[in-house]
Amino acid sequence: MWGIVRQRAVDGGFSASSLRRTRSALVSARSYAAGSKEMTVRDALNSAIDEEMSADPKVFVMGEEVGQYQGAYKITKGLLEKYGPERVYDTPITEAGFTGIGVGAAYAGLKPVVEFMTFNFSMQAIDHIINSAAKSNYMSAGQINVPIVFRGPNGAAAGVGAQHSQCYAAWYASVPGLKVLAPYSAEDARGLLKAAIRDPDPVVFLENELLYGESFPISEEALDSSFCLPIGKAKIEREGKDVTIITFSKMVGFALKAAEKLAEEGISAEVINLRSIRPLDRATINASVRKTSRLVTVEEGFPQHGVCAEICASVVEESFSYLDAPVERIAGADVPMPYAANLERLALPQVEDIVRAAKRACFRSK
Amino acid sequence: MATSFSSATIPLHGSQENRLLLPPIRLAPSSSSFLGSTRSLTIPSSRRLYHAHAARRSPVVGVQEVVKDKKITNTLLITKEEGLVLYEDMILGRSFEDMCAQMYYRGKMFGFVHLYNGQEAVSTGFIKLLTQSDSVVSTYRDHVHALSKGVSARAVMSELFGKVTGCCRGQGGSMHMFSKEHNVLGGFAFIGEGIPVATGAAFTSKYKREVLKQDCEDVTIAFFGDGTCNNGQFYECLNMAALYKLPIIFVVENNLWAIGMSHLRSTSDPEIWKKGPAFGMPGVHVDGMDVLKVREVAKEAVTRARRGEGPTLVECETYRFRGHSLADPDELRDAAEKAKYAARDPITALKKYLVENKLANEAELKSIEKKIDELVEEAVEFADASPQPGRSQLLENVFADPKGFGIGPDGRYRCEDPKFTEGTAQV
Repeated sequence: MWGIVRQRAVDGGFSASSLRRTRSALVSARSYAAGSKEMTVRDALNSAIDEEMSADPKVFVMGEEVGQYQGAYKITKGLLEKYGPERVYDTPITEAGFTGIGVGAAYAGLKPVVEFMTFNFSMQAIDHIINSAAKSNYMSAGQINVPIVFRGPNGAAAGVGAQHSQCYAAWYASVPGLKVLAPYSAEDARGLLKAAIRDPDPVVFLENELLYGESFPISEEALDSSFCLPIGKAKIEREGKDVTIITFSKMVGFALKAAEKLAEEGISAEVINLRSIRPLDRATINASVRKTSRLVTVEEGFPQHGVCAEICASVVEESFSYLDAPVERIAGADVPMPYAANLERLALPQVEDIVRAAKRACFRSK
Repeated sequence: MATSFSSATIPLHGSQENRLLLPPIRLAPSSSSFLGSTRSLTIPSSRRLYHAHAARRSPVVGVQEVVKDKKITNTLLITKEEGLVLYEDMILGRSFEDMCAQMYYRGKMFGFVHLYNGQEAVSTGFIKLLTQSDSVVSTYRDHVHALSKGVSARAVMSELFGKVTGCCRGQGGSMHMFSKEHNVLGGFAFIGEGIPVATGAAFTSKYKREVLKQDCEDVTIAFFGDGTCNNGQFYECLNMAALYKLPIIFVVENNLWAIGMSHLRSTSDPEIWKKGPAFGMPGVHVDGMDVLKVREVAKEAVTRARRGEGPTLVECETYRFRGHSLADPDELRDAAEKAKYAARDPITALKKYLVENKLANEAELKSIEKKIDELVEEAVEFADASPQPGRSQLLENVFADPKGFGIGPDGRYRCEDPKFTEGTAQV
C-alpha cells in the first residue's frame, strides 16, 4: 500500500508535502492518530507474534497463562481467540517440562515461541535452554537445528523482590549457540522478535516489564509485516562526540535522558542501544569509542561478570590506544534486589549515576 | 507375582487390529492371547472387551500388568525372519559394546563411555517395531539405541573415536548420538533431559496431524533408567503427555542401579509402572531380559500410540552386565545378583527359543554371529583409518545461521570472512 503511494508520487509528480498529507490521510484512514504513529512495546510484541503466526503455521506459542488469561502481561492478548487452542498452549506450571517439549518440537521441525512468565523462572528450565537447545546444532554437527524462541520479561520490575528481579543477559550471552536479544523501543521489539521467530537457531529474547506500557513512535516501515531487524547490529540512538554510552533494554531510556542532561553542560554523548547481546556488535562499539575516546557502559544486572565487563574487555583489547580515560562501568548493586522502594532505587542505576560517570570519563584526561 | 489383569482395563489389545501400523514387520499369525494373561482371549471377545470398556472407560484408570511367567502357547510369537532380525540386532549390540570396551582400554576411545551389555532385549524389542520416521530419544547409554534404529556401526564407531566420519562428525561423542536421517534425537548426558525432548517430538506428530493437516502417525520412544524416575522432569512429562494424549512410549530400563545407588535405596515406591496410572496412562511391567515379551508389550504400546490413544509407561526389568561406565569399578553390586542375571542373558534366551522351536539352527545363528563380528571389525578399521576433524570444524555448526557469530571489525558478518571458516581468524 505504501508502495502504491510512492509510485503515484513518482508518476504524478506529487509534491513532498502532498505526499505527507496523503500519508497522514492514509494513516488516519487506518484510525491511527494523525501525525507520527506511536505504539506501545506490548502492542509491538503482540503484533509481531500475530503476524509470524499467521505467516507460518509451524509457529506456536506455549507458556503459562498465554491463552485464556490473555498473557500474564497481556503480550499474547487475542491470540487464543484468533488461532485456537492448538496453537496457543496454556501449560501447567512445569518450566522444565514445557521448555523441553518446546525444544523437542523444534528438533522435529516446528517453531515454538516459549514464554517464561519472567526469566527468573527460566532457571528451572535452564538445562533445556543451554544443553538441549543451544548445544544441539553443534553436537549433532548441523543435523538438528533448534528454531525456538524463549521470551519473557527480564530484569528488575517495581518492588518485586530479590527472586523476581534478576537480569539474565550475562548468563545467557556467555553460551555459544544461543542468540540473545534485548529490545528497547517498540520498533526494536517488533523487528527483533520477528527476526527471532524466523531465525533457525535458539534465541533468548529479553524484554522488560516496565517498558511494556511505554509508547514509542514507530515508522510505517516498521509496521509492515515483513519488517525485520538484523540480529547482531547495534543502533546508535543518539550521535555524539565526547563520550560513548553503551547499554541495552530499559537503560537506553535512562542513557538518553542522561545525554540530554549532559548536553546542557556541553558534553555531547553518543548513546548506543546494543539490541543484540549475543552476538555483540563489537564493530559498532569500537568504532564509536575510537571516535569519542571515552566509554561508559550501563546495565541493570549484577556487576561481576556482566555484559558491561565484556564490553569493557572488548574495548580495552581492541581500542586501547584510542582511550583517553579509564572505561566506566555502571551496573546494579552487588546485592540481591531489596524490596523497600528507596533501597531498590539505590540498587539500580539511575540517570544521575550515568551523568556522573560520563562526567568522570570526560574530565579525567585533564 | 502372579499375572493379573485389573478389571477396569484400558485394553491394549491391538495385535489383531493394527491394520496399517507396522508395515515393515510382518506380524505372526498368532492368536490374540496376550502374554501372561490368565485368560486366553480370542478375537471376538477381545473386540467385545474393547468396546465394552470404551463405553465405560474413565480417563484416569490404567492397566497394571505384570508380564513375567508366561507360558509359551502352541503358536509362536515370531516368524523365522523376525527371529533372525531380532537375533542379529542383539548380537550387533553385544559385539559392538564389547568392542567398545576393548578399544577404550587400548586408548582409542576416551571420555565417558556407558555400555549397554545385558539390556539388548529392550532396545531390540522396541526399536525393531518402529519405522524410519518414528523417533527415539535416549540417554548417555545410547550406542545400541542408535544401532537398532539404523545408524551404521561404522558411523557410531567413528563417532566414538572422535573422527570426522562419525554420525556427528566427532562433535557429539559417546553420549550424544544424533541422526536426523534415522530420527535418533540424542543422546543426552543429563538424565531426564531426553524425556521432555521426546515428549516434544511426540507433540510435533500430533501438531502435524491436527494443525498442519499432514498424514503423520509417527510415535516417539523415550528410553531412560530407574534413577531418572525420581527426577521432576519425568513426572512433568507424564502429566503433559497424558494431558495432551501424545503418541509417546516411556520406556524405563530398570537395571536396579544408578551408578552405585540402588533403586531400592533411593525410591519410596520402587514399582515404577505404578506411576503411569497415577497420571492417567497404562503402566506395564515386563521382563526386560526376554526380547519376545518386550516385543509383545511394545506392539501394544506402539499401536496404542499410533491410534491416538495416548502414552504408555513400560517398565522393563533388566540388568547391565558391566559397570555404569567403563570408569566404574562396579564394586557395590553383589556377585550373586550379577550371576543371577547373567543366567538370564537375553541373547542366550532367544537362541534357545529359536533352536527349540525349530525356527533356526545353530549353523544359521553362528553365521549371523560371524557376520556381525566381521561388521564390527570392519567398523573399527574404518574408524581407525578415518581422519580427525579439520581445524575449521571447530567453529562450524554452532549456529544454523552462522551470521549468529556477529559482525566483524570490518563491518561485515564474521562468517563471510574466509579466514573464519578456515579456522584461522580470531573469534
